[in-house]
Amino acid sequence: METLERLLAAHPFFKDLRPEHLQVLVGCAANVRFEAGQYIFREGEEAKTFYLLRHGRVALEMAVPGRGSLTIQTIREGDVLGWAWLFPPHRWHFDARAVELVRAIAMDGQCLRDKCEQDHSLGYELVKRFAQVIVERLQATRLQLLDVYGHVPHR
Amino acid sequence: MSPTVEASPAPLWPLPCRLHARRRETRDTVTLELEAVGPGLGEFAPGQFNMLYVFGVGEVPISISGDPAHPGRLVHTVRMVGAVTRALGRLPRGGAVGVRGPFGTSWPLEEAAGSDVVVVAGGMGLAPLRPALYALLARRERFGRIVLLYGARTPGDLLYVTDLRRWRARMDLEVEVTVDAATDGWRGDVGVVTTLIPRARFEPASTVALVCGPEVMMRFVVRELQARGVPDGSIYLSMERNMHCGIGQCGHCQCGPFFVCRDGPVFPYRRIAPFFRLREL
Ligand SMILES: Cc1cc2nc3c(=O)[nH]c(=O)nc-3n(C[C@H](O)[C@H](O)[C@H](O)COP(=O)(O)OP(=O)(O)OC[C@H]3O[C@@H](n4cnc5c(N)ncnc54)[C@H](O)[C@@H]3O)c2cc1C
Repeated sequence: METLERLLAAHPFFKDLRPEHLQVLVGCAANVRFEAGQYIFREGEEAKTFYLLRHGRVALEMAVPGRGSLTIQTIREGDVLGWAWLFPPHRWHFDARAVELVRAIAMDGQCLRDKCEQDHSLGYELVKRFAQVIVERLQATRLQLLDVYGHVPHR
Repeated sequence: MSPTVEASPAPLWPLPCRLHARRRETRDTVTLELEAVGPGLGEFAPGQFNMLYVFGVGEVPISISGDPAHPGRLVHTVRMVGAVTRALGRLPRGGAVGVRGPFGTSWPLEEAAGSDVVVVAGGMGLAPLRPALYALLARRERFGRIVLLYGARTPGDLLYVTDLRRWRARMDLEVEVTVDAATDGWRGDVGVVTTLIPRARFEPASTVALVCGPEVMMRFVVRELQARGVPDGSIYLSMERNMHCGIGQCGHCQCGPFFVCRDGPVFPYRRIAPFFRLREL
């Protein structure tokens, strides 16, 4: 447990989290690993977990008719994977595939939601952090859609 | 930043050159190697540009993308978008080009000594940054960490794949490449270049950042660098404006009180910040 707590505290996503909150979170955490090519979750499945990536790269993919599986983003160590566990209907929006060996801390979503209900200050802290991640991903997606490197020469 | 470069020997008179070699980089981009017909090619500083003149077609500003340690062969990377750049792209071996320059300010490599250096390039923005990377690596011991963050539209739009592969293999340089849209077989990162900044390893307080890419990309890059704690005074951008004369006389490339051709293209962010959001004039 002690190692897990240290790993959690060291992950950028939980930077400066209050120690008592960290202790609560450890109860919902487990070490996991995924081999290269393995799917971590699939679009439409129930979202029960999220992952703090410690090592390796994960591709978020979407199956597009006629075009196969399209990678829309990659994330990696230091990033957090998955927020669908926090918001109804708790279903994954994408496929997540380990591009290489991935080590992560899996956080049990149901366990966390219960803890957040019991301790709203923990819930607020988590929602704030996830909102930040969502904002960053939205911003990155917008820039991707802008096709900023596309048309203008040089620049 | 290096001071505005002294007037070149013949700022208004093109030096006759011919095409020595051409390499196709991407679908719409070529790298051209020029040599002077007589003596005359001088030195250049990383970040500077030349005015390339295709006889009977016209003249365009193009950054120098070659190695400053080998100034005898002038290297430019050109995206073929219009009349002049297409004519450059179609030039046969031995074909004539007039060269005026080098013009403009350069990347602040002297000031960066002792600091970490983060190079952020978007699309064609890697062209004017490549000479800086050559220069940084030539005197590697003078700098702390060196990080190259490069974003392109698709894997097929990546410039200088041979250099990238070589740089990647070095232990003393961190290279991260990402594309907006992956194609089959791409095993690297997918996402915009800004997503590479939070995870790159450098010491923000003692970092010099060199940034070149589309203006909208640079705006978001600056924001991410600021979020990491890189001081405004340590961020440098290469700006692009349409320009004609290259010597601050025609006024085409005016950006606030500056002429990009004479006062830039490399600006400290602090200096250009108030005008950074202006659309091209
Ligand atoms: C300091 C500086 C350095 C540059 N370095 C390079 C370089 O290394 N490689 C390179 O390929 N290009 C570079 N450019 C841009 C290059 O000068 C233009 O692409 C060129 O002038 C286009 O000329 P053209 O006659 O081929 O196209 P035009 O016929 O003039 O234009 C064709 C199309 O491209 C658009 N366009 C042309 N120039 C620009 C521009 N500057 N911004 C936005 N849209 C534009 C036009 O609106 C038009 O739609 C640089 C520009 C500057 C100012």
